[in-house]
Amino acid sequence: MLPDETELKNISDRMLSMSRADQTEVLLFATRSALTRFANSYIHQNVEETGVEVSVRAVIGKKIGVAGTNMLSDEPLRAVVERASMLAAHQKENEDFRSLPGPEPVQRIDAWVERTASFSPDDRAEVVAAICDAARNAGVTAAGAFRTSDNAVAVANSLGIFAYHRETHADINTTMMADGSGYADRLSPDAGEIDGKALAAEAIDKCLRSAEPISLEPGEYDVILEDYATSDILDYLAYLGFGAQPYQEQRSFMSGRLGERVVGENVSIWDDGLSPETVPMPFDFEGVPKRRVELITDGVAKGVVYDSYYGGKEGKPSTGHALPAGLTYGPMPSNLFLKAGEATIDDMLASTERGIWVSRFWYTRPVHPLKLIVTGMTRDGTFLIEKGRITAPIKNLRFTQGYLDALSRVEMIGRETRLRQGMIGVSRVPALKVQGWTFSGATEF
Amino acid sequence: MRDLVARALDTATQQGAAYADVRVVETRAESITVRGPHVEGLTADESLGFGVRVIVDGYWGFAGSNRMTAAEADRTAAQAVAIARASARAGGPRAAIGTPEVHNDSYRTPFRIDPFAVSLDDKIALLLRTNEAMMRVRGVVVAESNVYYQREKKLFGSSEGSLIEQELLETGCGIEATAVDEGDVQQRSYPNSVGRHQGTEGWEFVERYDLAGSAQRVAEEAAALLAAKPCPAGVTTIILDGSQLGLQVHESCGHATELDRVLGTEAAYAGTSFLTTDKLGVFRYGSPVVNLTADATIPGGLGTFGYDDEGVPAQRTPLVTDGLFVGYLTSRETAAAIGQQSNGAMRASGWNRIPLIRMTNVNLEPSDWTLEALIADTEDGIYMETNRSWSIDQRRLNFQFGTELAREIKNGKLGDLVKNATYTGITPQFWGSCDAVCNRDHWVVWGTPNCGKGQPEQVAHTGHGTSPARFRNVQVGVMK
Repeated sequence: MLPDETELKNISDRMLSMSRADQTEVLLFATRSALTRFANSYIHQNVEETGVEVSVRAVIGKKIGVAGTNMLSDEPLRAVVERASMLAAHQKENEDFRSLPGPEPVQRIDAWVERTASFSPDDRAEVVAAICDAARNAGVTAAGAFRTSDNAVAVANSLGIFAYHRETHADINTTMMADGSGYADRLSPDAGEIDGKALAAEAIDKCLRSAEPISLEPGEYDVILEDYATSDILDYLAYLGFGAQPYQEQRSFMSGRLGERVVGENVSIWDDGLSPETVPMPFDFEGVPKRRVELITDGVAKGVVYDSYYGGKEGKPSTGHALPAGLTYGPMPSNLFLKAGEATIDDMLASTERGIWVSRFWYTRPVHPLKLIVTGMTRDGTFLIEKGRITAPIKNLRFTQGYLDALSRVEMIGRETRLRQGMIGVSRVPALKVQGWTFSGATEF
Repeated sequence: MRDLVARALDTATQQGAAYADVRVVETRAESITVRGPHVEGLTADESLGFGVRVIVDGYWGFAGSNRMTAAEADRTAAQAVAIARASARAGGPRAAIGTPEVHNDSYRTPFRIDPFAVSLDDKIALLLRTNEAMMRVRGVVVAESNVYYQREKKLFGSSEGSLIEQELLETGCGIEATAVDEGDVQQRSYPNSVGRHQGTEGWEFVERYDLAGSAQRVAEEAAALLAAKPCPAGVTTIILDGSQLGLQVHESCGHATELDRVLGTEAAYAGTSFLTTDKLGVFRYGSPVVNLTADATIPGGLGTFGYDDEGVPAQRTPLVTDGLFVGYLTSRETAAAIGQQSNGAMRASGWNRIPLIRMTNVNLEPSDWTLEALIADTEDGIYMETNRSWSIDQRRLNFQFGTELAREIKNGKLGDLVKNATYTGITPQFWGSCDAVCNRDHWVVWGTPNCGKGQPEQVAHTGHGTSPARFRNVQVGVMK
């Protein structure tokens, strides 16, 4: 169904041969993706798409143009190559541009699972039906989505790069609702590993326990953040601080602080796209192999991620973190890890005299990007902790909290980690116990 | 393309679809982004494909493809039917979409200057000139400017007999200056933040906003904010400029009145709404000066079109009248569920997505104040301008917004510059505290080209007509 490696290579070879630019890069995405969506305990949206996108980066001297299409016959492919060159010709010279990257050995990673690629609408419906049945049996309603996809990416350039990767992806989430609410999600390359009943059970348990919440005055509380919440912290560190663009432009909390302590010494964060513990990706969207980058080690700022352009500005090699050409955010980490600790959730609970259990965050946004102050809500299970145990569900709270400050006050780190879809890539994170989290408001439910 | 639509409709109905619609969508978009002295993004993208949406035995299915052949039309239509049959496996109510909508028509965005026909060199020169003016201001470390324009051709056909052709044109632009000093970063944007302001117009839209002529002021404000006093914490009167108010309307009224959210079908992702159906016609949403409408017919609005993606004509619908909650944004299916006709708010982000209920142009109708008179009438408070951050709970009650710039208001006059301004509240209380709205001279339909909703996620382009307004007893300064 999806074009295979040979077909994608044929397309990129044809396009490279059509180009008269000094350097040319071709980026191809092919996908067959299906998503079954449910709410009020039945399937209300059920969709599938098949498509291929191709984009061309043409370089003339130090001038660059990018054009894209999803039409794969000769004429539109030739037109898109010419359009990229035409745009480049109208560009201004960018003295900071060095060159497209040259070829390096790229590791092959097996991330494709046949049963995910062949997962049918009936297969997805069966898992969803199990979740909806569990909801009905528990007297709650289920909502959520189950996606399976088969994806291929290929990057080729006129300097000799051809990199190809194919992967499958299955992710599912559910929110259970009654008087309270509960949430659970899973992410795997293997759709067959998705256990709808276990997912439903986790969310139903939280939903039933969060019924009849009490009001709690906003203020400073120690918090236990489930791994679902921790991943949001990593998302904002990555988005606002770990890329070379904000770092070079003095907009990152890492700017000018490499070698300095930026968070607590019990916190280490890195990016590793080759790890089997993530959704692996052997190369970036310029075809440069992914390298592990230590971002923060024992609380000390160590480095940021680069693509060839921003690396070139500092005379450094790319770390393999380019986004597709044409995007202007600069390089971004895409496979983050926050180092696990030794605590269990029960240890965290037992050690909390008075605090708040946060299941997950919702609608978080930066209030002050440099200081990494973020506001957002709690959602789907917020609980009061007193004398080492959960004593009551509470109505959702708004927080306005510096994420760096929070990572400077991490008292305990969970020993288990969860793989989560992030804003840009994925992250693997543990639960955290954090002292003195600032809740700035409350809502009515 | 008409043949492909007819073929897919035939196949879908032959395979058992009681209802089917097919959309062919061809999009062409160009984007130019200049950072400092460099054109960092210069892109031209095109996309062509079709989507088939069906109801089989009361359940929905959808499939889309970019291969524009008769065989693929057959395969895709058959796949949509198979998916709909799978949808039945989890049970639930059968879809009903009300009385048929049959329209044979066409619509084209009116415009004066085709943005694709304007010389690329002239566009780039404008942005470089704009950035040069911003970078000349001391303290400014990043200047960024962009223009974006897209043309979307859509052909909609349904098994009920509709055939609608549309050609929608959008043009947008934005500039940002970022100033940095020890431990602080401040940003100013124009005409709006989060990238750009946009409308269904041609290049005349960009010309109207005079980016190069505004660059120095924007940059100077960014630099001045570094030395500004922080927003005080407390309860006070605020006046919001139109662009910030546009986002306030978007988040607290627009999303809250989407009937799919109200009926629970967005619960797991975008959330639900506090505006439950028992509140329709009886709930006091705001003060008597608050009049909100959804209007897809406003010339130039980013949420303006001829027909929605279910083939329902564009229309104007009151949402809040004299403070009373009176209407929802609806689809054919959700409107039927509450005994109404769709008011045409279903839109899809492309050929590969199903339409969802999206805001059209959701507006705060103007009243009679001038901004000058409103400030003069305010003893003590804060004027806030241009959004910097936004967050709201999943029922659209508790919100917190930050703005790029604010000024003290003392004794009816604008005073010192204030940075890091934030305000927070609960939606009906906040709109209940609105005691003055400025007049039509200040009214602008702000374009929001980045509204996310749905799974797989879709980004919609919405408009918000607003003029500045005043709110009493608002909590401000929510940041340590």
